[in-house]
Formats: sequence, C-alpha cells, structure tokens
Amino acid sequence: MIQPITETIEIGGSEQPLYGPRSYQVLSGNDLGSQLLEISMGPHHPSTHGVFRMDVVLDGEEVVKLKPVFGYLHRNHEKIAENASYLASMPYTDRLDYFCSMTNNWAYAHAVEKLAGIKVPERAEYMRVILAELTRLVNHTALVGFLVNDLGALGTPLIYAFRERENILDVFEALSGARMMCNYMRFGGVRVDFTPDILKRITHIVDRYPSFLAEFEKLLVGNDIIMSRCQGVGVLTKELAIASSVTGPMLRASGVDYDIRKVDKYGIYDRFDFRVPLGDHGDVYDRLMIRFLEMHESLKILRQALKQFPQGGEHINPEVKLRNFRPKAGEAYGRIESPKGELGFYLISTGGNLPYRYRVRPPSLINLTILEDMCLGEKVADVIIILGSVDIVLGEVDR
Amino acid sequence: MNDLIHLIAITPWAIALVKIGVVLVIMLGLVAYTVLAERRIAALIQDRRGPNRVGPFGLLQPVADGVKFLFKENVMPAHVNKIYYVLAPTITLIPALLTFAVIPFGSTLGGVPMVIADLNVGVLWIFSIASLGVYGIVLAGWSSNSKYPFLGGIRSSAQMISYELSMGMSVIGVFMLVGSLNMTRVVGYQHDCWLVFKQPVGFLIFLVAAFAETNRLPFDLPESEQELVGGYHTEYGSMKFALFFLAEYANMITASALMVTLFFGGWQFPFIGFAPNHPMWNGVLHIGIFFAKLLCLMLVFIWVRWMFPRFRYDQLMNLGWKVFFPLGLANILLTALILTMQAPR
Repeated sequence: MIQPITETIEIGGSEQPLYGPRSYQVLSGNDLGSQLLEISMGPHHPSTHGVFRMDVVLDGEEVVKLKPVFGYLHRNHEKIAENASYLASMPYTDRLDYFCSMTNNWAYAHAVEKLAGIKVPERAEYMRVILAELTRLVNHTALVGFLVNDLGALGTPLIYAFRERENILDVFEALSGARMMCNYMRFGGVRVDFTPDILKRITHIVDRYPSFLAEFEKLLVGNDIIMSRCQGVGVLTKELAIASSVTGPMLRASGVDYDIRKVDKYGIYDRFDFRVPLGDHGDVYDRLMIRFLEMHESLKILRQALKQFPQGGEHINPEVKLRNFRPKAGEAYGRIESPKGELGFYLISTGGNLPYRYRVRPPSLINLTILEDMCLGEKVADVIIILGSVDIVLGEVDR
Repeated sequence: MNDLIHLIAITPWAIALVKIGVVLVIMLGLVAYTVLAERRIAALIQDRRGPNRVGPFGLLQPVADGVKFLFKENVMPAHVNKIYYVLAPTITLIPALLTFAVIPFGSTLGGVPMVIADLNVGVLWIFSIASLGVYGIVLAGWSSNSKYPFLGGIRSSAQMISYELSMGMSVIGVFMLVGSLNMTRVVGYQHDCWLVFKQPVGFLIFLVAAFAETNRLPFDLPESEQELVGGYHTEYGSMKFALFFLAEYANMITASALMVTLFFGGWQFPFIGFAPNHPMWNGVLHIGIFFAKLLCLMLVFIWVRWMFPRFRYDQLMNLGWKVFFPLGLANILLTALILTMQAPR
C-alpha cells in the first residue's frame, strides 16, 4: 500500500504540496499584493540558445518553479527518416546538433553499420576519430564562450572561441564542402579521402591549440567574478544525474565515471591513451572545467591519431552498396560519445530500403530534463548560466 | 576679438549662456563619439574590424545612427502608462547633463572662469542631481507595465541607492582634506599633489561606485541583457531608446569628469613646468589637459566593459553594503585621525 505524499512546503506565504500540482497567485495587472511573479523566458529571449522557453515563477529574484517548454523547432526528423532511404537521412542528421555534424554522422553510420554488419577500413576509422575529436574541440570551445557570454561578459570570450573554431571549420569545409552541415560520413567509411594537405592543416591546428587553450584558461578559470558566480550554483548530485540518465560532460562533472569511448570502445578508441576527467561538486564551475579538461584529452587523442595515421588503405569499404541499400531484417542501437553526451540511433529494418523505425536518443533533451531540479532556489540570473552549462542545441532537443 | 570679449564680459548672463551652449554641444558631441569609440575599441579587443564603413574610419557613424533613430517608427505599446513612459527617458538624460554645470573644465579663458556655475556647495549639487537619474530608470521600468522592465527597475533603484551611499562616503575624505565643497577649491588644492595619492581608498570606492551608478559592466544589472532581455528599456524603441543610450554615455562622461576633478587634479598638470605666456593659450592648454584626462578615464570605462562578466544581484548588494560601505567609513575615520594628528596644538 503506497502512502500518498502529503508533505507541504511554504512558497510565497502560502502552503503548497511538496509533490504534485501547485497553485500560484501570479502577479498580473494591478494585483501587486501577491508576491510571486511568473515570467516567460523565451522562446525569443537572448540567452535561451534558440527557441526554448522556460516558464519561471519568481519570488523576488529567487526561482520557485521552472517549467521547460520545448518543441518550437520540431521538424519531424524521425518520421521523415522513416520515409527516406537509409542514406538519404545522413544529411538530415547534420541538422540535429548543428554544432557537431561530424559526430551526428558517425553515430548514424555506426547504427547502420551495426544493423547491416558492415566493416569499416582502418584508415576510415582513424579519419572518423580525428574528425570527432576536432568536433569535440569545436563544441567545447564554443560552449565555454557561450557560457561566459551568459555570465554577462559581452562577447569577448565568445569571439576568441569563434576565432579558433573557424580554423577547424575551414578544414571541414575543405574536406566536405560545408562548414557546419558536413554530410561527410558514409556507411562503411567516409565520403572523400584525406589529402596530405588536410593532414598538414589538422596537425597545424593541433599544434597551436594548446597555446590558445592556455590563454583562454588563464583568462577565465581564475577570474573572481566567474568563480563567485559559478561555484556552488546549479548543483546536480551524482544520484540524480544517474537516475535521470544524464550523460556526457554533465554526468562526469557530477563525478560519475562514464564515457562511452571507454565503456564501448567503439571504433578504435581502445588504441588511444587518454583519461576521463571527473568533477567533484557537480556545479556550473565543474561543468565549465570539465570542458577545458576534455579538450586537453581530445588533443591527446588527436596527437596519437595523427602519429598512428595509416599511410595507405581505403577510406570506405568498397563492398558497401550505397544505392539500393537494403539491410537484412533486424534491429540495432548504435551509440557514440558525442560532445554533448550519449548520442544513439535506434533502427529497425524489415529488409526493405526504408527503416521501419528510426529513433534518436538526443543527449541535449535528456540532459535538459533535470533543469528544474538544478534551478530551484537559485537566482534568476543563475537560471541562464545553468541552462548554458547544460549545453543544448535546440535542433537536437526538438528534432 | 577683444571687443567681442569685452561686450560679453559686461553681460554676465550672456557669458553663462555662451558657456552653457558650448558645453552642451561639446558634451553631446563627446557622447556621440564615445559610442563610436566604444564600438571601435570593443572591436579592437575582440579582434574584429568594428564600424568602418560610414565616412573615413567610420567617423560619420554617429550621424548615421542618429538619423536612423530619429526616423524609426515611434512605437508605444498599448499597455504602458503613457505620461511616465514618455517622461522617463528625458528624466534620465537631463540630470546627466546638468551635473556637468559645477565641474571646472579649465582655469580661465580671457578672464572668464571655465566653469558654468561656481557653486560653493558644488558636490552637494552633483549628488542631489545625480540621484534624480534613478527616477528615470525606475519610472521606465514601472511605466512599461511589463515584467522584465519591472525587474530591471527594481534592481536599479536598490543598486543606485546602495552605491550612492558608498560614493558619498568616498568623497567625504576629499572634502575633509580640502576644507571646502567648492569644486574650484578642490582643483586648487591639488596644485602640488593629486588627491588620488592622498585618498587611494576613496578613489577606489568612487571608481567602483561610478561603474555601478552609470550601469556599466560589471554592474549593469538593471539592463542585464542575458537574463532581463533589455531590463528597464525592453519596451522602448526609436529615439526614446536612444535617449537612454545617450544618458548612459553622458553619465559616463560626468562620472569621469568628477573623477578628474576630485582625484586627478582637474585641469592642472603638475609634472610639466611650462606655461605659455599668453593667458589665452594658457587657458586653452588647461582645457586640453582636462579633456585629455577625461578621455583616459573614459577609456577605462570602455575597457572594463569588454573584459568582465557581470555580478549577480545579491553579490552586488553584498559588495556594496558589506565591503564598500564599511571601507568608506574606515577611510573617513583614518583621514580624520591623520588630520587630527597633523593639526597644530
């Protein structure tokens, strides 16, 4: 027999149930007698990172309730993919998390390869690892810039971040023809081979990135205002993080040692020596630091991958038929560690040229579900940085 | 030329009118070009180009911006309180310009003192007028009848009142040393040594409070784009918004001018011994020195804005009441102690 929870909590001078629907006296018109103020942050708000809305109830400056509302960018991704051939969905995955199209491509290719049992040549595996880690650099650098921008630093760190990101995007453009919508990976490999020039450019970026990171860290990590704004704010406990299936840097900032690159060892990640940074407190500052530390580890992987990069070999498995691609009936779940967390694709094939079911596990959306738990009791300015530290891209949240 | 000066000299109200007109024109020109300077310096800091298309080096950009603001549609939301909504930008801008009246921006030019009103209660005038500026922002927040401006208005009233106290405390030390509230006397006192060396703590508090009073980063909480969209001016557009914008820069200029007068020796420059023999050139030189110092301090304002993130509201209040307020009191006590010990028995 389950006892109903009848505990109450005092919010804004009135008794409200601890669990379940609460009623609010919301400030409206000339009714200034009540104390709670409900504001709608978004969908057109400068700091919600896209068309995302938060229904926030404030007691003074303090958040007493927060309801995330999304779906403004819903584009029917999954249903469209079920009516398109397997390959035709590849460019559409670019648009999920438009900051990291390479890892999206890889996750989808990984799922299809699992479904159809396709082998990937060694050279292609190295190329995928290099591009995925470059994408991680792009994402984390930009995220740190955006987070500090949310703290109120008017653009300067963001533009420093974008300056470095631009170099990597130039390589992506030279490689695939597009800077952000790369559409580069294919089932069993990648679309075009690396030229020696591309490798030289990537080596150059990897060589000079540490000096940029050192400067960036020196400017931000020890800054008193950043420390006082971020430390102890938006704490996500280990237990809640695991229970709500949060993944990626968010989970590791709460101190859970879980990185799919280590757990699954997909691709050739077992060949590289790198460590998984973990946080202690699970606050915004830890999440900021995790991004910096992960960038250092990514650079480590990149250096090893460039050193071991095979001279010859195929860039795509020549046995894979791209036209009229019909995997045998069955189902597969392919997942990789995208910069935002566990990005998975679940596919069911009935043997036809269209997937019977196509489902994305979006890390942004699942990491966003605990937003209210992190924000309750914090100030309204903290909501913005907590949201910024979650690292969402609305293309992936709403699909 | 001499005849003209003579003609003006016999009619004191004409002198005052000319001075007011000239100062107003210089002030508004300075405001317009500070906006351009801010954008160019921000671009320099951020490794970009900045506005460089309109005119040589983008020098006509302020004109283009002004024309744009004037020709924009004058939108007034239906839910606002119309009288206060229109009044608020004006109330913000006018005190910013009025404060400049008691600041001596030069020695004398052709025998005319280069200060509009040489009040013997100069600093009281400044504080009383500057406090009026907060009404504009609070009214803007309140009359917009909208939630973000409301929060911005509340924040600004609390912030301005808290930091005005610290600001007042910080200058008491100065006036204990000088022994007068008259700004010209303050400048005269600094003939040998700038007060920033005698009152470093006072200067520090004044500088921080000036940032808070002018709503500049890291204290731009009433505006705080990231959480409150535009804060108190969210509902404003066209020239009414431009007035808020101008007021911010006018406040910056006034705060810089105050700092120059109170702590950096006003129009004097102690390390250079030369003075042109002609009194006219001497006066021009002094005005030049004043504005050079003013621009240096403006540069600090601009520089800081693009370097720091923003404080949180409660942290700002803690800083004001728990750090700067006691520090200001301690500074007054220390100054009084030293003065008592130095006093002849």
